[in-house]
Amino acid sequence: MRRNFIALAAAAVGALAIGAGAATAQQKLKVGFVYVGPVGDFGWSYQHDEGRKAVVAKYGDRVETTFVEKVSEGPDAERVIEQLARSGHKLIFTTSFGYMEPTIKVAQRFPNVWFEHATGFKRAPNVATYDARFYEGRYIIGQIAAKMSKSGTIGYIGSFPIPEVVAGINSFMLGAQSVRPDMKIKVVWVNSWYDPGKEADAAKTLISQGADIISQHTDSAAAMQVAQERGVFAFGQASDMIKFGPKAQLTSIIDDWAPYYVERVGLALEGKWATGAVWDGLDKGKVKMAPYTNMPEDVKKMAEATEAAIKGKTLHPFKCPLVRQDGTTVECKGAGHLSDEQIASMNFYVKGIDEKIPN
Amino acid sequence: MDLATAILLTVVTASTPLLLAAVGELVVERSGVLNLGVEGMMIMGAACGFAATLATGSHAAGVGVAMLAGMAMAAIFGLLVLGLVANQVACGLALTILGLGLSGLVGQGMVGQRVDPVGPVDIPWLGSLPVVGKLVFGLDPFVYASFALVAGTWWFLSRTRAGLVLRAVGDNHASAHALGHDVRLVRFAALMFGGACAGLAGAYVALVYTPFWVTGMTAGRGWIALALVVFASWRPWRLLFGAYLFGAMSIGQLHLQAMRGALPDFLVLPGQFWSALPYAATIVVLVLISRSRGRRASEPAMLGTPFSPDR
Repeated sequence: MRRNFIALAAAAVGALAIGAGAATAQQKLKVGFVYVGPVGDFGWSYQHDEGRKAVVAKYGDRVETTFVEKVSEGPDAERVIEQLARSGHKLIFTTSFGYMEPTIKVAQRFPNVWFEHATGFKRAPNVATYDARFYEGRYIIGQIAAKMSKSGTIGYIGSFPIPEVVAGINSFMLGAQSVRPDMKIKVVWVNSWYDPGKEADAAKTLISQGADIISQHTDSAAAMQVAQERGVFAFGQASDMIKFGPKAQLTSIIDDWAPYYVERVGLALEGKWATGAVWDGLDKGKVKMAPYTNMPEDVKKMAEATEAAIKGKTLHPFKCPLVRQDGTTVECKGAGHLSDEQIASMNFYVKGIDEKIPN
Repeated sequence: MDLATAILLTVVTASTPLLLAAVGELVVERSGVLNLGVEGMMIMGAACGFAATLATGSHAAGVGVAMLAGMAMAAIFGLLVLGLVANQVACGLALTILGLGLSGLVGQGMVGQRVDPVGPVDIPWLGSLPVVGKLVFGLDPFVYASFALVAGTWWFLSRTRAGLVLRAVGDNHASAHALGHDVRLVRFAALMFGGACAGLAGAYVALVYTPFWVTGMTAGRGWIALALVVFASWRPWRLLFGAYLFGAMSIGQLHLQAMRGALPDFLVLPGQFWSALPYAATIVVLVLISRSRGRRASEPAMLGTPFSPDR
C-alpha cells in the first residue's frame, strides 16, 4: 500500500514535470510494473516482483523501478498504466491477462513508451507480449504423481475453468497416463485465484475423497500445508513451497520472470527493444522445477529425464495424436504436436478424465 | 477417519472463524452500533497474531496479541463514532480499508514464513473414543471457545442485568441515558468485545485454518460474519446455526464437485453456481426461519444511530 501511494504520488507529480519518453541515455531508465495481486501473495504477483528485484540487482543505478500492486483489471488499470507512462516510465510491464485492452489503449497514446503485456495476445509496434509454458511443468508433475500415488486418484484444485487451467489439467493427465494409463483425477473448482481458506478446504475435500496427491492451480500454500498435515504428497505452485510442506512437496512449478525482465530491460537500456511475442518455458528457465524431493531415486531420475526431454524439444506434452474425452481425435495443427493457438484456447478434456468442464 | 467424520471436521474449521467474528458483532449491534469494520479487525488479528507467534513461538501469545489488535482497531472506531459522533457506516468501511492496508504492512516480512498450527486438544481417554472422540473431544480450543462464547452471549443478553442494560442502550439510547446508564461506556465495552472476537477469528485463520501469512488472507470472511448477524436476526443460537449452515454448504459444494464424475449431466453446473450456493442457501434459510417469529422484534432499534449525551 505504501508503494502504491508512492507510485501514484510520483505519477501525479511526473505528469506535470516530465513528458513521456523524455529519458535520455544519461538518465535512469524508468521501468514500471503493474500487478494484479498484492506483492505479498507468495504467488503470481510475488514472483513478478522477484523479477523486478532482479532487474534492480542487475542494473542498479541505471534503472529506476516503480510498481503498483492490487490494480484491478479494467478501467482502473488504464488509469494506472497511463500515469506510469506520463511520469516518464519508458518500459512498462503489465502482468495480468485482464490488462490487455488497457495496455493497448494507453500504448496508442504513448508511441514512444514500450509496453510488455503478460499472457495476452494483442500486440503493437510498442507492445510486446510474453507468457510462460506452465503446462510443460505440469506434464512432469503428472508423471511423478502417477509413480507416487497409491490410491491411483489425484486431487486437483482449479481456479477458473479457462483454457490455461484446462490445458494444465490435460497436460498433467497426459503425463500421468504416460506412466500409468488408468490414473484417475478429481477436480474441484474454488472459483478464485486466491482464497487460502477455500483452497485448504478443497484440499481436505479431495484427500477425504481418496486423493493421495494434491496438485493446484491456485496461488497460496494452503493446500501444501494441508497435505503436510494429512501425510499426503502435493505439488507447489508459482513459488517453492517446501517450507510449508517439508515432507509433502514433491516439487513445485516455479514461475521465474527474472531472466526475461533482466533481458528485456537490458535491451531497452541499449535502445534495442523491439516488439514480439515470447512464449517459452523450461528451455529458457521461465518455468522452473523446484528440487525433486520426498521421492525415490528412480522417480527423480524419470522426472529429470522428462524435464531434459522437454527442454531439448524431443518431447512435447501435447504431441499428436491427441484424443478428446469423447473419443474424437484433435486435428493436429502444429509440427507433430498441437499448435500454440490450440493450446492457448483449449476447452476440452483429454481421454481418461471422467470429469466434466463446468460451463 | 471415515468420510463423514472428515467432512464434519472440515465444516467445523470453515464455520468457526465466521462464528467467532459474528458473535462479537452481534453484541456490538445489540448495543446499537453498526461496525462494518469486522474484516479489517479480523485481518489485523490474523497479521498481529501470526507475527506474535512467529516472534515468540507461543500460540497463547499470538492469540492474545490478535485479540489486542482487534480491540485496538475497535477502539479507533469507538473513538470516532462514540467520541466524535462520526458516521458509523463510513467509519466501518474505513476501518476495513485501514485494516487491510495496515495488516499488509505488518506482514511485509512474514510472507513465506510458517508456524506450527494450533492442534486439537488432547483429552486422554475421551479423545480415543470412536467417532465422538474426534468429533466432540478432539477439536481445537478455538472451537470450544466459540461454543462457549455463543452460550455465554445468550446467557449474558437474556439472563443478566448488564445484558438488559446493553439491550436497552441498543433499543432506546435516550431512555437508557435518562435512566442514568452511560450509553457510550456500554457501547465502547461492546465494541471492545467485538474487536476481541474479530481478532480471535483472525487468529484462528492465521494459526489454525491456514497457518501462514499472506496479504488479504481472510478473503471476505468478515463480511460474511456481518451478514450472518443480520440474517440470524441478532440471536446467538440462530447465529450458531447460520454459521454452521454456511460452513456446511461451502464444504458440501466442494464434495459434490469432487464427485462430479459420478453425477448425472444436469448436475454439472458452472463453478460460479457452486461458489454462490452457500451464500444463497444461508440467506434463504435464515430469512425463512426469521420471517414468522418477529424478526423486527430483535433488531436493535437504535442500530447505526449516533448518540451524543448532551443532546
